[in-house]
Amino acid sequence: MLYREAGDFKTSYVADSQTFPIKFDRYGYYFLLGFAFLVVPLIINDYWANAIVVPFLIYTIAALGLNILIGYCGQLSLGTGAFMAVGAYASYKMMTGFPDLSIIFVIILAGFVTAAVGVLFGLPSLRIKGFYLAVATLAAQFFLIWLFTRQAWFYNYSPTGMISAPTREVFGVPVTGPRASAVSMYMICLCFLVSLAWLARNLTRGTLGRQWMAIRDMDIAAEIIGVNPLMAKLTAFAVSSFFIGISGALLFTVYLGAAEAGEAFGIDKSFLVLFMVIIGGLGSIFGAFAGAAFLIVGPVLLKLLLVNTLGWPTDLAAHLEIMIIGALILVFLILEPHGIAALWRTIKQKLRLWPFPY
Amino acid sequence: MKMTKLAATLAATMLASAPVLADTLHFPNLSYRTGPFAAGGIPFADGYADYFTLINERDGGIGGVPIRYTECETAYNTERGVECYQSIRGDNPLVIQPLSTGITYQLIPRTMEDGIPMHTMGYGRTSAVNGEVFNWTFNYPANYWDGASVIINYLLSENDGSLDGKKIALLYHNSAYGREPIPTLTRLSERYGYELLTIGVDSPGQEQGSQWLQIRRERPDYVLMWGWGVMNPTAIQEAANIRFPMENFIGVWWSGSQQDVLPVGAGAHGYKALAMHGTGTDYPIYEDLMRYVIEPGKYAGTGDEVGTVLYSRGMYAAMLAVEAAKKAQEIHGVANITPQMMRDGMANLEITEELMAELGLPNFGPAFSVACENHGGSGEAMIQQWDANAGEWNLITDWIAPDREMIMQMAMEDSLAFAAENNMTPACLN
Repeated sequence: MLYREAGDFKTSYVADSQTFPIKFDRYGYYFLLGFAFLVVPLIINDYWANAIVVPFLIYTIAALGLNILIGYCGQLSLGTGAFMAVGAYASYKMMTGFPDLSIIFVIILAGFVTAAVGVLFGLPSLRIKGFYLAVATLAAQFFLIWLFTRQAWFYNYSPTGMISAPTREVFGVPVTGPRASAVSMYMICLCFLVSLAWLARNLTRGTLGRQWMAIRDMDIAAEIIGVNPLMAKLTAFAVSSFFIGISGALLFTVYLGAAEAGEAFGIDKSFLVLFMVIIGGLGSIFGAFAGAAFLIVGPVLLKLLLVNTLGWPTDLAAHLEIMIIGALILVFLILEPHGIAALWRTIKQKLRLWPFPY
Repeated sequence: MKMTKLAATLAATMLASAPVLADTLHFPNLSYRTGPFAAGGIPFADGYADYFTLINERDGGIGGVPIRYTECETAYNTERGVECYQSIRGDNPLVIQPLSTGITYQLIPRTMEDGIPMHTMGYGRTSAVNGEVFNWTFNYPANYWDGASVIINYLLSENDGSLDGKKIALLYHNSAYGREPIPTLTRLSERYGYELLTIGVDSPGQEQGSQWLQIRRERPDYVLMWGWGVMNPTAIQEAANIRFPMENFIGVWWSGSQQDVLPVGAGAHGYKALAMHGTGTDYPIYEDLMRYVIEPGKYAGTGDEVGTVLYSRGMYAAMLAVEAAKKAQEIHGVANITPQMMRDGMANLEITEELMAELGLPNFGPAFSVACENHGGSGEAMIQQWDANAGEWNLITDWIAPDREMIMQMAMEDSLAFAAENNMTPACLN
């Protein structure tokens, strides 16, 4: 009844090809943006920001990046953790090397550094495909982590090999380091996420995105119709690594404050982001949000329910948490193999016909 | 739709269950009972919890105020450690003990900012001994650099005072934790003329084939180990496999508990490790512990860790926390202390042999006192050796003192560098 295209007339091609063609969606989107920017900063407390919302925002950026590579371009990658580490270490080197450089530029530059590294490790994708490419990117994971734990230059020769983020300010408000408030951390992550999600949405529906999808669907056919596989694959690696690098830089500077490559950016991180993309839905921007919410917010809420509300022992709760999340992943994949995004699409389809389905 | 409803219910329950408990002393524990390091995390957490239960049951709390003990599971993971810290920091935690060097490094700047004391007993950032920079961080009674120096001093006494031309390998967990002793061992190698070989093992440490191949090839006279969790039994097994003489294999205090040697069986006989405190149930405190905690069934976990090395360590950590709280109550004259008052108690803590005997733990730990210039206690440790036939650890030395002068000098350099990085002026609080 409310959720329908009927009566929402479009008079230009631009209006017709907009992201949210349905009025209800559009207003929902504006409302959500307004809520995130204007209301949440007033009500968020330290615990919610630090334990739930900030990691959710940061991992969503990583999931968006990996979704571009796997979901849109069809190139399987298991090197996400290492690319996040590249972002983190690049931002660390820049923060300590150029103390006066604004943190915003540091994070963006860290993204570009990661993009360059990503292109380098994306080169094998021109010759190998599928699972073999996954193994090649696995090499990136192990090599880069080895580099960051064994080469002392990357951690400024600190005796422990830990890197720690000094305090940096944006408009006089500290956003990194221990003095950063919950609101400032939330706001910087939100600004990055919103602009990157906007970028991802517009890239994927433009020429570049169509090239990626052509390569994903059938690379030989794509080549025949004039898509340059070299350009398409390497741009996918570059853009994807740019996103992942920014998320790694934010994870280290804003969220963790101190990190160590092997512990914070290990292979389990690669799998975590891969699962977000698969559960959320391949080739969908909304899927990245849904997947990150499921795997970051889900366990914390479950822990709060089991330990803080029901008062169960922490070890029992931790084991149960693993089991419940695992079972939910199975249920999701059986009921909806295309992820939460596909579920969302079905719901929207049903809503269009409600209350008079035929 | 269902998901959002569920989330909303969860959020509502969480807000409703915000703790509003007055007149208790909150001692949180960032424990890990799951994950690859749970074998070490469980006994420590049990010992820590049981001692607080004992104080509550026997004495009715500290100075009449009951203890509120909470646990938060970190799985030795730094991100979950941060989450745990955020969930307790508003709840007047008197002292944070994360039992993880990685989490310690994350929390040092945050606890400084929030004014919450942190105690890292035998782990964490060594240079926190300089209390002028690290006002809120304590690492008494001993730290990694002490441990490294104690082992070298022990080896010196074994070799008639000279290690010239000897080759010593350090097998370390490749993390902030395992890398801590390297600067000390390097500096000591310059002084005593031994050759140092550092061999890293990537976390968690089940894969050590290439490392032991290297040890076999290089034939070091001694192997020192900075390991934790599953890395320890694996290394001891590998050493037994290549028939490395066990009496020349010495672990730090985190590599010397029952869980580390029992899986290897007879092959582990003769393995040595540092001991920062006594172990076993031959202390008078266990009578009280049995009567008030174990027999009434109020123990934490499954109760089968009582008396093991890491259980003793957890109990020791809790005991030092309780004594610091008593000191804080004495200084400020109030029973219901705040984290700030707790810090003063920790900064003025004095443990004497008489006090240890009075607490039912004679000769269990060293006598030491804490001051602003020295947050690190005495740094003494003993050497213990595993007897696989009897299945017990035997102390084979008395307390061995580390080279404190050199360590304090190194700690001063490192802590002043930290202060410079963070634009701090070193000064004592109070």
